[in-house]
Amino acid sequence: MPTDSATTAHAADAYLLRRRPPSEKLLDTGFRQLSLVMASTVAVVLISIFLVVFTGAREAIGEFGLAFLTTSGWDPVNQQYGAFVAIYGTLVTSILSLTIAVPLGVGTAILITEDVLPKTIRDAVGLMVELLAAIPSVVLGLWAIFVMEPAIRPALNLLHAWLGWSPFFNTTAQGPGMAPAILILVVMVLPIITAISRDALNQVPVELRQGAYGVGTTRWGAIFSVILPAAVSAITGGVMLSLGRAMGETMAVTMIIGNSINFNISLLAPGNTIASMLANQFGEADGIQVSALMYAAVILMILTFTVNVLAQWIVRRLSLRY
Amino acid sequence: MATTSIRSSKNNQPNALFDRRPLNFDPTLKRNRINRVLTSIAGVFGALAVLPLFLVLLYVLFQGGRLLSPTLFTQLPPPPGLDGGGIGNAVIGTILVTLIASVIAIPIGVGGGIYLNEYSTRGWFSQFISFGNDILAGVPSIITGVFVYGIVVSTRLFFNQSFSAVAGGLALAVLMLPTVIKTTDEGLKLVPQELRWGSYGIGASKFVTVMRVTLPAAFTPIATGVVLAIARAAGETAPLIFTALFSPFWPEGIFNPIATMSVLIFNFSIMPYEAQNELAWAASFVLVIMILAANLIARWISSLSRN
Amino acid sequence: MPSASISQIPATDVCMSLQDVTISYGSFEAVKNVFMDIPNGQVTALIGPSGCGKSTVLRALNRMNDLIPGCGLRGRVVFDGVDLYAPNVDPVEVRRRIGMVFQKPNPFPKSIYENIAFGARINGYSGDMDELVERSLRKAAVWDECKDKLKESGLALSGGQQQRLCIARAIATEPEVILMDEPCSALDPISTLKIEETMHELKRSYTIVIVTHNMQQAVRVADMTAFFNAEAVEGGSGKVGYLVEFAETERIFNAPKQQTTQDYVTGRFG
Repeated sequence: MPTDSATTAHAADAYLLRRRPPSEKLLDTGFRQLSLVMASTVAVVLISIFLVVFTGAREAIGEFGLAFLTTSGWDPVNQQYGAFVAIYGTLVTSILSLTIAVPLGVGTAILITEDVLPKTIRDAVGLMVELLAAIPSVVLGLWAIFVMEPAIRPALNLLHAWLGWSPFFNTTAQGPGMAPAILILVVMVLPIITAISRDALNQVPVELRQGAYGVGTTRWGAIFSVILPAAVSAITGGVMLSLGRAMGETMAVTMIIGNSINFNISLLAPGNTIASMLANQFGEADGIQVSALMYAAVILMILTFTVNVLAQWIVRRLSLRY
Repeated sequence: MATTSIRSSKNNQPNALFDRRPLNFDPTLKRNRINRVLTSIAGVFGALAVLPLFLVLLYVLFQGGRLLSPTLFTQLPPPPGLDGGGIGNAVIGTILVTLIASVIAIPIGVGGGIYLNEYSTRGWFSQFISFGNDILAGVPSIITGVFVYGIVVSTRLFFNQSFSAVAGGLALAVLMLPTVIKTTDEGLKLVPQELRWGSYGIGASKFVTVMRVTLPAAFTPIATGVVLAIARAAGETAPLIFTALFSPFWPEGIFNPIATMSVLIFNFSIMPYEAQNELAWAASFVLVIMILAANLIARWISSLSRN
Repeated sequence: MPSASISQIPATDVCMSLQDVTISYGSFEAVKNVFMDIPNGQVTALIGPSGCGKSTVLRALNRMNDLIPGCGLRGRVVFDGVDLYAPNVDPVEVRRRIGMVFQKPNPFPKSIYENIAFGARINGYSGDMDELVERSLRKAAVWDECKDKLKESGLALSGGQQQRLCIARAIATEPEVILMDEPCSALDPISTLKIEETMHELKRSYTIVIVTHNMQQAVRVADMTAFFNAEAVEGGSGKVGYLVEFAETERIFNAPKQQTTQDYVTGRFG
């Protein structure tokens, strides 16, 4: 065998790489630099996003100033723009949807992690919540238009009949509006809250649970007084992250909120959010309307940025040693 | 020892300050009643959480499934007012745009993740990148659309074309990037340090170690995360509305506007025509099946490592 | 397998009685056929090589094993005239009367004061809480270290102090029995000595059952000692634990009846 004799005859040659050739060193440093560049892409993209949106908004910021935040006109003919309706809608829909989704999500996470039900059922619930997160926003929007909104309209009108004296319910529900948008947002953020709460609860050490049961607590006593407090910082961080997600959520909300440019405090009336305003108008806008939309985008970015930074800070700062 | 006399309840000191009960279970106790109530509430919450999934899947499968036919994939959407037609162009478009996004985001993301975990010293720079990555993950998807519109579409960067499949792919790539970086970083963290030392121990260079030892060892979690990121990108709509736009025709290359299923669902759902609404349901069906399949594949990949 | 020897103590003052107890995880039997009468008002130590099931037996005494999925028990554990594993027994009630201190200090993420008060409150304590907190901390010999920082987190204490806080937490609910699962294994020698002193103090009012891997500790603190061992079974799926010998500590260490015990206490294995 020629190869055999070659290896025995030139044993030294078989390990030529013992002296590292320059090409290998070059590859080593080259790859390091390449991966560094790739990692830097994140920073470049993030900074460019801020730059692009801010420069785009500069004209409108100069034109409308801070009054943009508090006026509610959106008039392309007279070129008068104010984002109050959209800001109000963004805040109201995201905050109200979280007030509903947080108890639901944390409750579901407790159900999945604590041995309240047989394990097979808990695993099935966990899997289904994860699959819910995979359904695209636009499909949920389609479902909301054709199935959910007509189905809940009688219930919303009942709400109007009972609570019509309050400004929040003083219009009848006639189709798309804030209330269905809030409900579809609940469906969208619920899987996030559940997943984060489940991870947080799973990280509570088993010794702590045993300690609680050891002094004679009941299951829910242990959950409320020991397990949830130990997981509270991670859960709060997750809730903040979902708030950011709810504020920026676009498609499902756009399809069901009604995209009204007129202010109405009622939750049953059509409204608007910054994200849905962008989705609806950005493609066809020109002139100062583009800049006004960019200004609205700046506000949305500041809101989500603040919420996200706060979320990270909470997780890092408040995390207990457990 | 049958006559073992068990100490009956004679306490050494009477615990008057504690209420002592017999050991048997008393369902009428306040704490046991509270427990039952809370368990039922958690059960109801769990049921409410999975209810939307069932309802959405039911309608998508029923409304979309009954339109399933070969022509759905071979025909173009009909002009407004006409019946029939298909979503062939949108299926191809979704695949194409997602492919463009993956080709951009996966290498950069995996490379960035490798830098964070294998090369960086976890100093200020990599902390800044990690932080930036989390922030980028939280940027609303519509903003990525605005961003790509600003730098690619409105400037006509590519061959003087405005809206294009590439612009849409770029927007989706911006969306995928943080997920891919995160999963790569986390996946590499799980690789035991001993494995790297073993490789260095036989004289392997850093590059060889990363490519031949570390990265393959972390393949499963990375692949799982990447598949999930692709699935998520395929269903995204907001970044595509004013980057890839829409087209009623078959794709005409990657530098022209292109139809995607998600934008088709959005556009057709708000049209007052029955045929278009039905195509929106059909597209939802195809999209949901594709995404659920991707999720199951991801689960299957991640179960590989456990066996 | 030698059938477990039955204790020779006079049966007048039995606190807990294990009658043919077999504990299994799924289909795997961890400990088999344990007969044991734990005397009242004394310290009973469970010793043996790792994997002999001594901790499993200890956790069976206040139904902590319920929290491990798939863990089952056959036989009877009689306490206060009641079989703790009878279907109508409430494990919560059992744990209120039989307290536990764990291997790893596990104070709740609450203040030192709340760590003590929490257990007492859920046990329906109606007396002066401040006084109870002080009394419990004093009994656990950790009052001096804690008295100035009762409002601080229990996690701010050192490992040994945390473990004594956990002992204080257990005795604050005035249980009749305290179970200790290798309470000193995570601690330094000085903290260990302090906790042993605490145990001497506590056995005046409580029955204590302690699992330890440290034979010197058993000699120092225990009145009675049970030696567990594990041996491979015919089926061949792992080892099954069993009780070899249970007698006065002095007898176990100086004149054991079984050769295995002799081998173990003289350090020939385990």
